[in-house]
Amino acid sequence: MPFSAQPPTSGERHALSASLDNARHLSSLLRAVHFQDHATCLATASGLRVTVEDAKCIQANAFIQAEIFQEFSVQEESVMFRISLSVLLDCLTIFGTSSLPGTSTALRMCYRGYGYPLMLFLEEGGVVTVCKINTQEPDELLDFDFCSTKVVNKIILQSEGLREAFAELDMTSEVLQITMSPDKPYFRLSTFGNAGSAHLDYPRDSDLMEAFHCNQTQTNRYKISLLKPSTKALALSCKVSIRTDAQGFLSLQYMIRNEDGQICFVEYYCCPDENITEAEL
Amino acid sequence: LSRIGDELYLEPTESGLSLRAVNSSRSGFASFLFAPLFFQLYEPGSAGPDTELFRCKVHMKSFLGIFRSLPSLEKSVGKCLILLKPRASRLVLQLHCKHGVTKTHNLAFQECERLQAVFDTQSCASRLCAPARVLAEAVVHFPPTLAEVTLGTGPGGKISLRNYVEDEAEPSKTMVTELWLAEDEFQSVAVAPGSHIASNLPLTIHFDEPGRPVIFTLEDPVLEVHLVLATLSDLPDTSRSPSTNGVSHLPAPSDDFTDDLESYMAAMETSEGGSGRPPSPAFLPCSPRPAEAEPEEEEEEEEGAVPGTPPHKKFRSLFFGSVMTPGRPGLATTQEVLAEDSEGE
Repeated sequence: MPFSAQPPTSGERHALSASLDNARHLSSLLRAVHFQDHATCLATASGLRVTVEDAKCIQANAFIQAEIFQEFSVQEESVMFRISLSVLLDCLTIFGTSSLPGTSTALRMCYRGYGYPLMLFLEEGGVVTVCKINTQEPDELLDFDFCSTKVVNKIILQSEGLREAFAELDMTSEVLQITMSPDKPYFRLSTFGNAGSAHLDYPRDSDLMEAFHCNQTQTNRYKISLLKPSTKALALSCKVSIRTDAQGFLSLQYMIRNEDGQICFVEYYCCPDENITEAEL
Repeated sequence: LSRIGDELYLEPTESGLSLRAVNSSRSGFASFLFAPLFFQLYEPGSAGPDTELFRCKVHMKSFLGIFRSLPSLEKSVGKCLILLKPRASRLVLQLHCKHGVTKTHNLAFQECERLQAVFDTQSCASRLCAPARVLAEAVVHFPPTLAEVTLGTGPGGKISLRNYVEDEAEPSKTMVTELWLAEDEFQSVAVAPGSHIASNLPLTIHFDEPGRPVIFTLEDPVLEVHLVLATLSDLPDTSRSPSTNGVSHLPAPSDDFTDDLESYMAAMETSEGGSGRPPSPAFLPCSPRPAEAEPEEEEEEEEGAVPGTPPHKKFRSLFFGSVMTPGRPGLATTQEVLAEDSEGE
């Protein structure tokens, strides 16, 4: 049951005010970036962006466009605050996480502005819960400066081909090595663990490959512990785009279709690992 | 094989690829021999005039990690290529999967001596042959924590299975399970009178006197499986009371039997039991093979040593787990593939 009938506190305009018929459209996406306790939320007229960072090396962003919401209004140019993502997720899923057909939790979100808590009104089956979550000063976020003009190599793969690979990554390896090349092995994921090395090769003509634009052979290594959380986003997605720039920065963009068929995006950016040791092949 | 030992020995031979394992107390050994016909392509490599075919051992866990999820493997893997690269010190396993994806695993291996249990099925006095199902069903009646079982023969050609009871155990607190199987449950029975020991596809059990190993074999056109288990023997003194109903109460194993066992099992890794050691009652000398280098580990040689008891639970789960699926030796029963887990609710 939507909350559009809910009157706002009289006379006050909220910096951010939004309604969503199905809170899962938000909670499932937030889970895909939940590898740290805190997140920075940015609300603009286009929608909501939730950012999580770790070790100054990795950044994940979940985008929920304004069109996904039944109501979405932002008073200023942009509204930004830091919040506990763990608490936010616990509140959004307060009625439980199992999805019975036909039932969904309705959400109304209100934020009065700097210094105020984020208010959540959640309703399911006539039961209403009100949550008030404190907000903090937003952190300064990393800017990977990743624009399409700087991309050296890019491929788009169907997620189904990568899911098992990521779920079974040899975690005894410190790094995940990614090779992208116009020549063999085209696209290769490698680990170097206690048992030995393992390589996963995707040929350019594989039917999983939706797009293959590799101009240069690049081999980069990333800390596997930082990339492992992206498996959650991969599990939700139908397609993933993998891009690297000249410095070896990695961009993973996941296209996710929600229950209503609407498209949302999650992206992960990662710095290459500085401690390069001799690669075992 | 992983239920027996932590290391997997791979030995390519002219007659096929042999995969073997031995347990840490050296009282259990299993080998699976895959005939060349099992493979699409089998090239054991060439042995020079002075060199033998290469063999190695790898950590069981590393090897198993490659074949983690059987249902998904069956769905997605077309073929598997196994290459042994001695110069690079790598065992390469390459899985060719659907969508053109190739998974290559380079496992580190160790060179090793030939692992061979010394046994000769022809010299065993008794032999039982039954579908594995019969024995599996019999074993199910015993408590899962049971360590040893006694296999015996009784009047009327019946075969008995009884749990082994230690001397020290209090009679009132011990549960004894005894199970008799009629001769007709077995496909063939050739039993030496009074013999007993403490321990779809037809399974053959070769056994002899107490102390001699019991050998389980399974054969099919492309696969040959052997499981060799040491058994308890009576004390060396000859005051053995004649068995009344075919089931004798065997003495508890001595405290230092593990050390004694080592010396016997050390014999497994060398070609001859000789060089001064008394002939062992448990193992026969093996067929002539060039003498190998000294085996590793302790070697406390003692006389009249008593081999240890087979770990019953391991035996049950290793062997019957793998033979229960007809036509697919060596694989666990297939499981239903569950729906893919998705994060969304």
